[in-house]
Amino acid sequence: MELRAHVPAGALAGKWERHRAEIRLVNPANKLKHHVIVVGSGLAGASAAASLAELGYTVSCFCFQDSPRRAHSIAAQGGINAAKNYQNDGDSVFRLFYDTVKGGDFRSREANVYRLAQISAAIIDQCAAQGVPFAREYGGLLANRSFGGVQVSRTFYARGQTGQQLLLGAYQALACQIAAGKVRMYPRTELLDVVVIDGRARGIVTRNLVNGKLATHTGDAVVLATGGYANVYYLSTNAKGCNVTAIWRAHKRGAAFANPCFTQIHPTCIPVTGDHQAKLTLMSESLRNDGRIWVPQQRRDRRPPDQIPESERDYYLERLYPSFGNLAPRDIASRRAKEVCDEGRGVGPGGHGVYLDFQDAIRRLGRPVIAERYGNLFEMYQRITAEDPYLVPMRIYPAPHYTMGGLWVDYNLMTTVEGLYAIGEANFSDHGANRLGASALMQGLADGYFILPYTIGDYLAQAKLPKVDAGHVAARQTEAEVGGRTRRLLEVNGHRSVDTFHRALGRLMWDRCGMSRNAAGLKDAMQRVCVLREEFWQDVYVGGRGEDLNQSLEHAGRVADFFEFAELMCHDALEREESCGCHFREEYQTPEGEAKRDDGRFSHVAAWEFTGVGQAPVLHREPLEFEAVHLAQRSYK
Amino acid sequence: MKLALHVWRQAGPIALGKFVRYDVADASPDMSFLELLDVLNQQLIARREEPIAFDHDCREGICGACGIVINGRPHGPQRATTACQLHLRHFADGAELWIEPWRARAFPIVKDLVVDRAAFDRIVQAGGFITARTGSAPEANSIPVPKPAAELAMDAAACIGCGACVAACPNASAMLFVAAKVSHLGLLPQGQPERYTRVVDMVAQMDAEGFGACTNHGECMAACPKEISIDFIGRLNRDYIKGAFL
Repeated sequence: MELRAHVPAGALAGKWERHRAEIRLVNPANKLKHHVIVVGSGLAGASAAASLAELGYTVSCFCFQDSPRRAHSIAAQGGINAAKNYQNDGDSVFRLFYDTVKGGDFRSREANVYRLAQISAAIIDQCAAQGVPFAREYGGLLANRSFGGVQVSRTFYARGQTGQQLLLGAYQALACQIAAGKVRMYPRTELLDVVVIDGRARGIVTRNLVNGKLATHTGDAVVLATGGYANVYYLSTNAKGCNVTAIWRAHKRGAAFANPCFTQIHPTCIPVTGDHQAKLTLMSESLRNDGRIWVPQQRRDRRPPDQIPESERDYYLERLYPSFGNLAPRDIASRRAKEVCDEGRGVGPGGHGVYLDFQDAIRRLGRPVIAERYGNLFEMYQRITAEDPYLVPMRIYPAPHYTMGGLWVDYNLMTTVEGLYAIGEANFSDHGANRLGASALMQGLADGYFILPYTIGDYLAQAKLPKVDAGHVAARQTEAEVGGRTRRLLEVNGHRSVDTFHRALGRLMWDRCGMSRNAAGLKDAMQRVCVLREEFWQDVYVGGRGEDLNQSLEHAGRVADFFEFAELMCHDALEREESCGCHFREEYQTPEGEAKRDDGRFSHVAAWEFTGVGQAPVLHREPLEFEAVHLAQRSYK
Repeated sequence: MKLALHVWRQAGPIALGKFVRYDVADASPDMSFLELLDVLNQQLIARREEPIAFDHDCREGICGACGIVINGRPHGPQRATTACQLHLRHFADGAELWIEPWRARAFPIVKDLVVDRAAFDRIVQAGGFITARTGSAPEANSIPVPKPAAELAMDAAACIGCGACVAACPNASAMLFVAAKVSHLGLLPQGQPERYTRVVDMVAQMDAEGFGACTNHGECMAACPKEISIDFIGRLNRDYIKGAFL
C-alpha cells in the first residue's frame, strides 16, 4: 500500500484554485451514465448526493434511518464556522486555517485545512439561499457568536439547533433531486460490505432492514458519508445507531484507516445516572462562558454544594489555567475533570461529576440575563436530572463525542481503494488530533457541496470502468459472505444479549483507551478485547429471524465490527508514543501534566492496513510538513 | 419503581396486533421512557422472547425517530417532550401504561411500535424546499432578513418530523407538519419565488397520502414536542387560497 496524498504543488493559497482548473471534467452528456453510490444522508452525504445529482450524475443514496432527515448531524447544537469577517474583528481565511491547525495540535494536513477555510464562506451563502433560518441582527444581516479556542467571532448559528437546520437544508435539496428522479433514495437500508472489482470500488452490499433482503448495488464510484465511531465506547453523545460498520468493512477491503485513536471527549455532558443509561447528552460548551467549574477540596465530601464554603472548594481550571480558566480547550477540561474524580473528589452518584456553578454569574448579571443566554439549556438539564440549575450547580462529566480518525483520504477525498471516497466525519479529516467547536458542520458541508462534486469527476473522467452488475463473480462472492456472516450471528444462539457485550467493550475502551492512555493499559485492553470478541462469537444471543425487522441483529453486526475495530484503536494509541490533542499518553507529559508532543517522531498521519482479524495491522506513515504554520506548544496557561 | 406495561405487539404490516402485558419490577425514576423499553427488551431477550421493535436514534429529542403513544397521548404526558426525553419520575410507582404506535392510515405499521412515515418525505419532495443549486447562491448578506421574520421562520423550522401531530389529530391530519414547512420557507425572502406553488403541491401530496383534513381541534399543537403553533396552519390556509387562484 502506498499513501499518495496528491496535494497539488505551489503556494498554499493557490492550490485548490489551480487544482480545480487542472482536474478533468466529465462531459455533461456523459454524467448521466455514471452511477454514484452515496452511503449516509447526514450533512456530508445529503449535500454530496444532492450536488452530484444537480451536476447530472445518476445517484443512489442509502441511510439506515427511516428518513434521510434523521441522520445524526441533526443533533449538532452550537454552530458553523466561516471566515466571513462580518464582525470586522480581523478574521480571515488564514486565521481560520491557523486556528484549526493549532486546535488540532498540528496533526492535520495543511493543504486540506486551508481549502476548508477557503470554502467556508461559500457554505454560508449556500445555506442561506436554501432558507436556513440563521440568527440575524436587527438590520436583517447575519449574526455571529464566539466559540471555544479562538479569538474572533465567526460562528453562524440557528438557535441551539444549527445542525438540524443545516441538515434540513441539505435534506430538502436532496428531496428536490429525488422528486426530479435524479436520486434514488434507500431508507432503512444498511451497508454491509463494499464490492471491490479489479482494485476499484464498484458497488455495495446492503441489507433492507424491514425485510432482511440482501442486495448488491453496482456503480462507478462509492462515497462513504457514514459518520464517526464514538459508540465504540457504548456510552457517547452519538445517536444509538451510529456505528463503524461501513468504514470498517471498507477498511477490510483495502482502505487504510487513519489515526483511529484520535477521539474527542467533550467536557460538558450530563453524568451517568445508573446502569440503565443508554446514551449521554451533551450540554453546549457555551455554558463555560459563565459557569464556574469546581469540586470539593476534600475527598468524598458528601455535603450538598451550598453547604461547602468557598474556602473548601477547588476551582481547579481557574487554579491551573489562570488566563483561560473555565474556557480551557475541550481536551484539557475533560482530562482535568477525570483527574479530580479519580482522586475521589467527584460529586453526585458514583462520584463521576464536577460542578458547573452559575451562582456567581446570577449574582453578577441577574437571573433574567442568565435565562436569556442559557434558558433552553437549563430547561434541558432540568428535564433530564430534575434539578434546577438556577438553584443547584449543574453536574457535568466528559463523554465521547466526535472521532477525528477515520478512513485515510487523499486531497481528492479518495481512500486507498480507487473509486472509494470518504467524506465528513467518516474520513480522518481536517481536525488533526482535536476538533474545534463549530468545525464539524463546516467540514461535512465543504466535503459534500464543494469538494467531492469536483474531485469525483476527475476520477470518473479518466478511469476505465467496464460495465459490471450484481451478477459479477466478485459481487456475488461479497454478497454470499455478507449472508454467511448474518447467518453466523443468528446461529451462535448463546446466552448473552448483544447489548451486554457492547457495554462490556465500551467500559473497557473508556477505561483503557479513553481520556488518558498508557502502554500497560493498552496492551491489557488489546488482550481483553480479543477475549471478549471470542466470547461474543461463542455466546451471543441474537434471536429472531434474518428475514424480518430485527433490531438485535442490526446491533449484533455493528458490535461485531466494533470488536475488530477496537483492537486497531488500541494499536494506534500504543504506537503513538506522544501526547497530542485528545490523545493523552500518561508517559508523555510535562511536569505540569500537560500533553507533550514529539514532532520529531510523530509528525505524521498513522494509516493502518488491514491484514486479518486478530492479526497485527501494518502501519504506513504520511509525513506532515508544515510550511505556513510554525509548530508550537499549545499553551492555555 | 414498578410499572405494568401493555405494549402493542404486531408481527408485521398485515398481521393482527394486540396488547401484551409486561411487568417491570425494577425501573428507576431517572430512566427515560425508551430506557425503560431497553430494560424490558433485555428481560425479554433473557427469556428468549422477541424484543419490542421501536424507532429511536438520537435520544436527545431532535432526530424525530421515536414516537409512541403512551396512555393515549403521543410522546406521553409531559409538555414539549419527546418519548426519549420523558423520564419515569413523571409516572406514579405502580402505574399501568398503554403503549401504542402512531395510528394513522398514512403511517402503516411496520412492526410493533414502528410505523412507516415515508409519506412525510414524499410531501417534502412535492415542494418543501427552495430550489438553489449548489454554487449559485448570492453572498449571504446581500439579502437581509428582518429579525422577526427570521425568528418566526425558525419557530416553524423547529419541526422534527416525528408525526405526533398526525397521531394526536382525530382526523389524522398532517396540516401542522405541512404548515410548519410552508411557513418556514414562505416567511423568508429566499422562499418567495416558489411560495405559492410550494403550498399547493405539498397540500396535494398530503391529500394523496391519505391524511385527513384539519377541523381545528388543536390536538396537534398540544402534542407537538417542539410546540409548533397552530397559527402556522392559518398561514398555510391563506397561502393556499392565494396559490389556488394564481
